[in-house]
Amino acid sequence: MNIIVCIKQVPDSTRVKVDPKTSTLVRAGVPSILNPYDHFALSQALKLKAKTGATVTVLSMGPNQAQSVIRLALGLGADKGILLSDRAFAGSDTWATSYALATAIKKIGSHDLIMCGQMAIDGDTAQTGPGIAFHLGIPQITFCDGVDISAGKVIARKIIDGGHQVMEADLPALITMTMPFDYVAVYPSFMGSFNAQKKPTETWTAAQIGADPKKLGLEGSPTRVDRIFPPPARPKGDIFSGSPAELADKLIEILKKESIIK
Amino acid sequence: MIKILPNCIGCGKCVPVCPFGALSLENRKAVVNSACTLCGACVSVCPVKALQMPQTAAASADISSYKGVWVFVEVIEEKGALKNRPVSLELLTKGRELATELKEELCAVIIGGNNSALYAELSAYGADKIYSVEGPAYTDYNTAAYANAMIALINKYKPSIVLYPSTYTGRDLAPRIAAQIHVGLTADCTGLSIKGQNLVQTRPAFGGNIMADILCPGHRPQMATVRPNVMGRKVVSAGKMAQVIMEVVPVTAEAGKVRIISKEMEATAEVEKLDEAQIIISGGRGLKTAENFNLLNAIATELGGAVGASRAAIDAGWKPKNHQVGQSGVTVKPKLYMACGISGAVQHIVGMENSEVIIAINKDGSAPIFNVCKYGIVGDLHQILPKVLEAIKDSKK
Repeated sequence: MNIIVCIKQVPDSTRVKVDPKTSTLVRAGVPSILNPYDHFALSQALKLKAKTGATVTVLSMGPNQAQSVIRLALGLGADKGILLSDRAFAGSDTWATSYALATAIKKIGSHDLIMCGQMAIDGDTAQTGPGIAFHLGIPQITFCDGVDISAGKVIARKIIDGGHQVMEADLPALITMTMPFDYVAVYPSFMGSFNAQKKPTETWTAAQIGADPKKLGLEGSPTRVDRIFPPPARPKGDIFSGSPAELADKLIEILKKESIIK
Repeated sequence: MIKILPNCIGCGKCVPVCPFGALSLENRKAVVNSACTLCGACVSVCPVKALQMPQTAAASADISSYKGVWVFVEVIEEKGALKNRPVSLELLTKGRELATELKEELCAVIIGGNNSALYAELSAYGADKIYSVEGPAYTDYNTAAYANAMIALINKYKPSIVLYPSTYTGRDLAPRIAAQIHVGLTADCTGLSIKGQNLVQTRPAFGGNIMADILCPGHRPQMATVRPNVMGRKVVSAGKMAQVIMEVVPVTAEAGKVRIISKEMEATAEVEKLDEAQIIISGGRGLKTAENFNLLNAIATELGGAVGASRAAIDAGWKPKNHQVGQSGVTVKPKLYMACGISGAVQHIVGMENSEVIIAINKDGSAPIFNVCKYGIVGDLHQILPKVLEAIKDSKK
């Protein structure tokens, strides 16, 4: 059993702020992290590894500094890491990214289950996972909060509006994960991090995976960023302070004024 | 990497704009390092147009033969009856605007087990034509079956624009189609407009801190997803019936590779679905415990509304994931949004800022939620809200 987890290093967008004077992003001190949804996918892959003895390979695409998320994943228990790093990949949108990752997965060879985070927090598109599934010609189950393997099939608990659906797919298949319903945060142990140093990692270029250069980077990406601008400013509201009793009265007055209550 | 032309004046405006820290000034000229992802964020701030995206070969596809604006209609079941999911009608309303400007047709595409009862409403919201694919094999959503049907129709009729709802279904379907037919797809657009030949797709980027306009100049159709409650909806041709075109698309064997085993729906005691609720009482980190949500539940029940939560409250396990409002949850646009103990991270704000009336209650007067609310109450919700609940109950007597 071979499980491949696609991971991405992202800026911690919850800590990015906008300078109110210049309307530009303030990124000083914003750390790069493993995309949280990819962390969820990895946690489930490691759970399946414990159950089935599967080999877990983590695959990422990015600049050389993305090695750090691969090391983190190895420290958590993944067996092998591969980084796609090449100028040819720069400017890739979700189409070109999913093509590159799928091409690398084909080079890795045998794969039973591909796991991705449902989306990356720096783009929020949720498009790369389904794109990879298409390029590999395999079925996808997206937005899952639980996954298991049984009798050569993957069973996934998929979120739908107002509830869940339990789905089954033939292997190989691709699953995208949100936070697992039974998620417990895990951190690399000292020994885990120590052992990670000895685990194999490789860096592959576009030529090494045999990717068509026309399908990579800006050229392979149908979308173009035309303009970036700050969100429109909002009018300032009325702010009230006082004792709890006064504020409760104020709130009731507001609810009446807005015709929420009589 | 981004190209820096010799006319750079070294003003440094591009340096703080780069989300990846790839730009700096050296000898009073901008320089770029390998962290550049060609995101384009710097290009528009340069006062002398010294920053350029590398040129790429023009696309070979003949884009002028693609005409028409399409909306993928999501069908849902409610109280045993099929209905058009409201976001589909929002997309038709926006699609009508775009189609009129382009002087092209607006077409609804509906795939399902039995669609006939749904055509009248799609017509009223402005569809000129309805392409309908129906049959027992299409009763439940299936990625491969639906993608195959959409692609068959897109290849046959060549639309210029295809809009999808940014829902669990739309976000599963649209990227699979985009991958297969090699076109662009822009997720979670908050604005759509026409510029020349192209659809301008506006969306929040970098966690909602900044907005981006995205184009797909060389590929057709141009595809975008839009969240529920972002666009308004309007009946434009009441009583008029669109031309319905039945299309037969056989389901391929690929569809059988994924099967639904069971469905479990959350008990619907919590009144209404979040994305369609007109009143939402939301709680965040300031609630402190899951039990304290009972107070919000009670207020929501009294007002006939739904309960939402911030990511902090979801991550703490105080509410199930499907109550999450914000960028990684649902986008809402109720008449009243009451944010209780929510500080107002930008990821939360992008999911609720279109609400008609926002009331914020927070102990911290400097919380960013107070920058977006119509009314702000700086105080302890645990002391204020019980009194408010009693007053609401009294008001109904």
